[in-house]
Amino acid sequence: MSDTIASPAATGADQPEPPRPARRVLRTATDAFLRRREASVLLVAIGLVVYFQASTPIFLTTDNLRNIAQATAPTAIVAVGIVLLLVSGEIDVSVGMVAALAPYLMHYAIDLYSIPAIPAILLALVIAAGIGFVNGFITIRLKVPSFVTTLGTFYLLYGVLLTTSHAYPVAIPEPTKGNIQTWLGAGDWATLAWCLLVVAIFHIVLTQTRWGLHTISVGGNPLGATEAGIRATRVKTGNFMIVSVLGAFAGLLEAFRINSIDPNIGGGTRITFTAIAAAVIGGTALAGGSGTVIGALLGMLVLAELQNGFNLLGISANSFFLIQGIAILASMIANQYLSRLRRAGRT
Amino acid sequence: MEAAPTQALRVENIAKRFGALTALRDVNLHLNQGEVLGLIGDNGAGKSTLIKILSGFHKPDEGRILVEGEEVALRSVEHARQVGIDTVYQDLALVNELSVYHNMFLNREKIRWPLLNNRLMRRLAKQHLDDMGVNIQDVTVEVAKLSGGQRQAIAVARSVYSDARILLLDEPLAAMGAKEGTLILDLISDLKARGTVSIIIIAHNYAQVLQVCDRVNVLQHGEITFDKPTSQTSQQELTDLVVAEYRAGRAARAANNRRSNP
Ligand SMILES: Nc1ncnc2c1ncn2[C@@H]1O[C@H](COP(=O)(O)OP(=O)(O)OP(=O)(O)O)[C@@H](O)[C@H]1O
Ligand SMILES: [Mg+2]
Repeated sequence: MSDTIASPAATGADQPEPPRPARRVLRTATDAFLRRREASVLLVAIGLVVYFQASTPIFLTTDNLRNIAQATAPTAIVAVGIVLLLVSGEIDVSVGMVAALAPYLMHYAIDLYSIPAIPAILLALVIAAGIGFVNGFITIRLKVPSFVTTLGTFYLLYGVLLTTSHAYPVAIPEPTKGNIQTWLGAGDWATLAWCLLVVAIFHIVLTQTRWGLHTISVGGNPLGATEAGIRATRVKTGNFMIVSVLGAFAGLLEAFRINSIDPNIGGGTRITFTAIAAAVIGGTALAGGSGTVIGALLGMLVLAELQNGFNLLGISANSFFLIQGIAILASMIANQYLSRLRRAGRT
Repeated sequence: MEAAPTQALRVENIAKRFGALTALRDVNLHLNQGEVLGLIGDNGAGKSTLIKILSGFHKPDEGRILVEGEEVALRSVEHARQVGIDTVYQDLALVNELSVYHNMFLNREKIRWPLLNNRLMRRLAKQHLDDMGVNIQDVTVEVAKLSGGQRQAIAVARSVYSDARILLLDEPLAAMGAKEGTLILDLISDLKARGTVSIIIIAHNYAQVLQVCDRVNVLQHGEITFDKPTSQTSQQELTDLVVAEYRAGRAARAANNRRSNP
């Protein structure tokens, strides 16, 4: 019996079927592509590029692409964290406030405590991890639903931010100017490069590592995962910490890019909600157990394209929200429909 | 007690309460080396609770557990696995969103640091299922797409191939068709013939219990009330035992009713 299974395994092929005519292979490939949740979002993103480029020739200029990249990157980084947390069955609405607070933490560390630039940046990230840990602790140990927990920490952090900063923007600390600022956001394509790096890393984490598998398990079947000995507490808390750190990182990138530390980075709730919207449009279910990091990036790209394109066409920003709302609802409905199709599709 | 120099597993005075509800009052039970022990009892008798205590999932409120003569305080499911206990839970503990092979290696993943060794897990999963005679063509499909019996087969295969020395099977036959049920029973017989694992199996089908087990225990009112080798009991006796209680209860209720409405 082991002889018969040895051959496909030895070649390492997933499907031990004999070679097929090219057309069928092509059809299976298209099929496999369309089954991927990211596919539909990618098609929408490409469709928007075609539409906007046809409507206004400046859409695909380097300058405008940079604008789109800069609008996409920080929120996509937050969305990556949101995806992991949603897959594990929780949510974090405080992450936007962590993004706003992190540059201030760096500023306090450097300008008030004379800590050198790099350690100050690391300190801000570590404090963000601490905030994520507290979110996890309250949610899991004290059994407060994560939406409520993080709603609480959202206001708490807002209070901390406003009282310590007196709601005034401040300048980027002197010691970070130059290389650090350029690399961490001010460079033309810096935020996009970081964003792609974060997406690549966490795509692998979610799909190819033990952590990702356990994240899916804990969100998909909390009781079963625990019965199998997976430490749900550890997995969820870890993901709360990942979101917070990514939020802080996105906030720092954004501060360096706009060359000012502003308490209204991302408009408080804006970055959080946009990140959740991107994750949802990208095909991540709020119920936990499934989601894609690349989908979230594409979802964010779609939102950024829409906003940018509307801008270029001179359509009022107000109707952008109309479209965003429709996009969220439509993609959720499509997701439901597609996942039913997918389920029916095979064995 | 007078049996065997080493018992694979021994449970003394285990009690477990959930708030006001006492699921287990005083459970004493042993499992000899290489033995298959059938555990039967009503729905809600506490069988699964006992299994979950032995699997490290629940902590008992009282009592002690000895594995191969040594007392152990099971800290977690992982700890229980380390001392050689593996479990097929009644709810199977499968993750619908994951593929068959990921489920078969859930929390025991093969790693090629820092990544999963998917290729190895795929190959082993396929091999184990084939060895067992389970018919699953593609181990990369999500378990959500499988039938109840196939899911159960995966959960059983996962434990059987875990190198555990003590297997706890909580209703492994519940969703099985005739062929698959026989498949699992044969598998258990094979394991018994090898003599390296000791097994506790929970089932409601007494014919199957008698077919595969060496000894039967009945759990009632949070205690083991019956303990006999299968050769000295019969389906009739087991049925009577469990049903007698129900009959007695019904008779008492009927008498009560007669008294209250003359
Ligand atoms: N986690 C829990 N919290 C509260 N009560 C529980 C819990 N688990 C089990 N119980 C209760 O303990 C009792 C025993 O349940 P258990 O699942 O062990 O029964 P069982 O013998 O396995 O029944 P079945 O044959 O139906 O599987 C039941 O009354 C049940 O409601
Ligand atoms: Mg049970």
